[in-house]
Amino acid sequence: MATLDLGGQSIEVDEEGYLTNLDDWSKELAEHMATEDGITLTEAHWEVINFLRDYFQKYQIAPMIKILVKEIGKTMGPEKGNTKYLYELYPAGPAKQACRYAGLPKPTGCV
Amino acid sequence: MAKLPKPEELAKVDFKPPKTGWMDTPANLKPGTFCWGAKAKNLQVVDFPNARDWNPTEDDWKLPKEWEGTVLEAMADRLSKYRSFKLFLDICVRCGACADKCHFFIGTGDPKNMPVLRTELLRSVYKKYFTNSGKVLGKLGGARELTYDVLKEWWYYFYQCTECRRCSVFCPYGIDTAEITLMAREFMNLLGLNTDWISGPVSNCYTKGNHLGLEPHTITSSVEFFLDDIETITGIKVEPTFNRKGAEILFVTPSGDLFADPGTYTAMGYLMLFHELGLDYTWSTYASEGGNFGFFTSNEMAKRLHYKIYAEAKRLGVKYIIGGECGHMWRLIHQYLDTWHGPADFLEVPRSPVTGTVFENACSTKMVHVTEFTADLIKNGKLTLDPSRNDHLKLTYHDSCNTARGMGLLEEPRYVIRNVCNHFYEMPENTIREKTFCCGSGTGLNASENMELRMQGGLPRANAVKHVHEKYGVNMLANICAIDRATLKASMDYWVPAVGVTGVHELVGNAMVMTGEKERTQDLRLEPLPGEEGNE
Repeated sequence: MATLDLGGQSIEVDEEGYLTNLDDWSKELAEHMATEDGITLTEAHWEVINFLRDYFQKYQIAPMIKILVKEIGKTMGPEKGNTKYLYELYPAGPAKQACRYAGLPKPTGCV
Repeated sequence: MAKLPKPEELAKVDFKPPKTGWMDTPANLKPGTFCWGAKAKNLQVVDFPNARDWNPTEDDWKLPKEWEGTVLEAMADRLSKYRSFKLFLDICVRCGACADKCHFFIGTGDPKNMPVLRTELLRSVYKKYFTNSGKVLGKLGGARELTYDVLKEWWYYFYQCTECRRCSVFCPYGIDTAEITLMAREFMNLLGLNTDWISGPVSNCYTKGNHLGLEPHTITSSVEFFLDDIETITGIKVEPTFNRKGAEILFVTPSGDLFADPGTYTAMGYLMLFHELGLDYTWSTYASEGGNFGFFTSNEMAKRLHYKIYAEAKRLGVKYIIGGECGHMWRLIHQYLDTWHGPADFLEVPRSPVTGTVFENACSTKMVHVTEFTADLIKNGKLTLDPSRNDHLKLTYHDSCNTARGMGLLEEPRYVIRNVCNHFYEMPENTIREKTFCCGSGTGLNASENMELRMQGGLPRANAVKHVHEKYGVNMLANICAIDRATLKASMDYWVPAVGVTGVHELVGNAMVMTGEKERTQDLRLEPLPGEEGNE
């Protein structure tokens, strides 16, 4: 089992760096993951992470991208309600990268 | 995660076999070509043996004690139970007709992906322990012992077969390699050797009713999202029901249609069609999955997951079931249901309330494929269609392995497409219908960590699409399977980026003129319709 080191604390993650126990999440952890990818989390990034965490709390799954897009459009303005904007924030893909920072399991898409 | 090579690199397939003989060439688990191991928690949920976290790249797979005995005992049991299994192991004459018919062999050049040799991986062990010639002659007679290396080889190559059954079409004896793969996977599951991508959905389906693990309120909220879009596009408020007792029809589709593009547009198509017909039907948040990943673990697990659709039909008191655009669900309904659970005699033989057509072909299963249902509507002139709304699309059609070879559903989807679209072109004859090429990622191989293998296996299908793209300008690939919709999208993005992927009922939803609709300017993807591009 892989682990991630945060200030001397060892946190369990899966093969691709997603948290094994969702309760291990903290803001510091999200920042740590982002820093490792060379990203500094801004308020815009947090908007996405917070939405993902709220959605997961309610529905026990990561939202479809189009739900995320619609929601970000509503809260951040229509000019930001598109996938291009989300990819600018999360170049490795809003679904995968943002979900990882938000402490969600890896999104599965269709199975 | 392994980096995916560029298409031009991956397209250079090396067909030169290794210098060493196949028995002396151990499997080399190349990153990007296999899936992560099954997690303990997902195996525990369904009481599968040897539940533990394990990593295929490590030397120690944490096998149970005396695992060889477990496998051989199971093999003896299945040989006595399934005549097909024994027959397929005994009768192969190594003619090689199957060798170059497998998409994984064509895409990887690895001889162990020839169906004949893939089967030999298991046949050699069968010979050693269950035949006199193998016992006496050993390696000379093609027999070998079941060792740790052999087991690893099984795990690697039997999770490189999608049970698509294309090879069986060409076998003069009709040997069905899928049956061999099913057995091999069944043995490996007795040792806890599955993949995370399969065991996760199985566990979800067992506890929540669908592969994705959608909760009831997640399903309804997702459908509400589609209804909003439908109202935006048509001005019509569609109001489906969920878990409604006394409905005439239960509708079941893969959960992918509810939660993954482009399947979601297909789901919108169903909703619009059933609304327009005023169909007395209901969705279920319990039987909320058409597919059955249990089929990729063991016969017993497949059976356990399968029946919930019928249990729900009974509970709700419906007359019959309409099934959505799904692949392996239909193979199981068509070829396994009666053996597993007997005919569903508590339901009625499906009769279309719109046309009066009785679907005699479903008299035992009581389940009609939605393209049969829709083709019948069109044939009887019950839908008003404006195919020009799909004029920006040049379509081709990918036969899903399971609906084509597993139930012979060949004409109905094509009939529907020809009626809702003006531009339809077939791929070459040896790549469609019974001879269709697999999407490359069926039987639970549609994970992301094995993307290189998926793209290799997807090459033959993509190559045929590329052909019609270049010849006719095809820009959209239609299909009737949720796994196809997810996997072909990745494969097209990689091999033929100009071609998109769609379900057939998305096309129906676009072309169907609904009673009281406003003038449409957008398609189901909220993109402008042909002629409306400048009016955004």
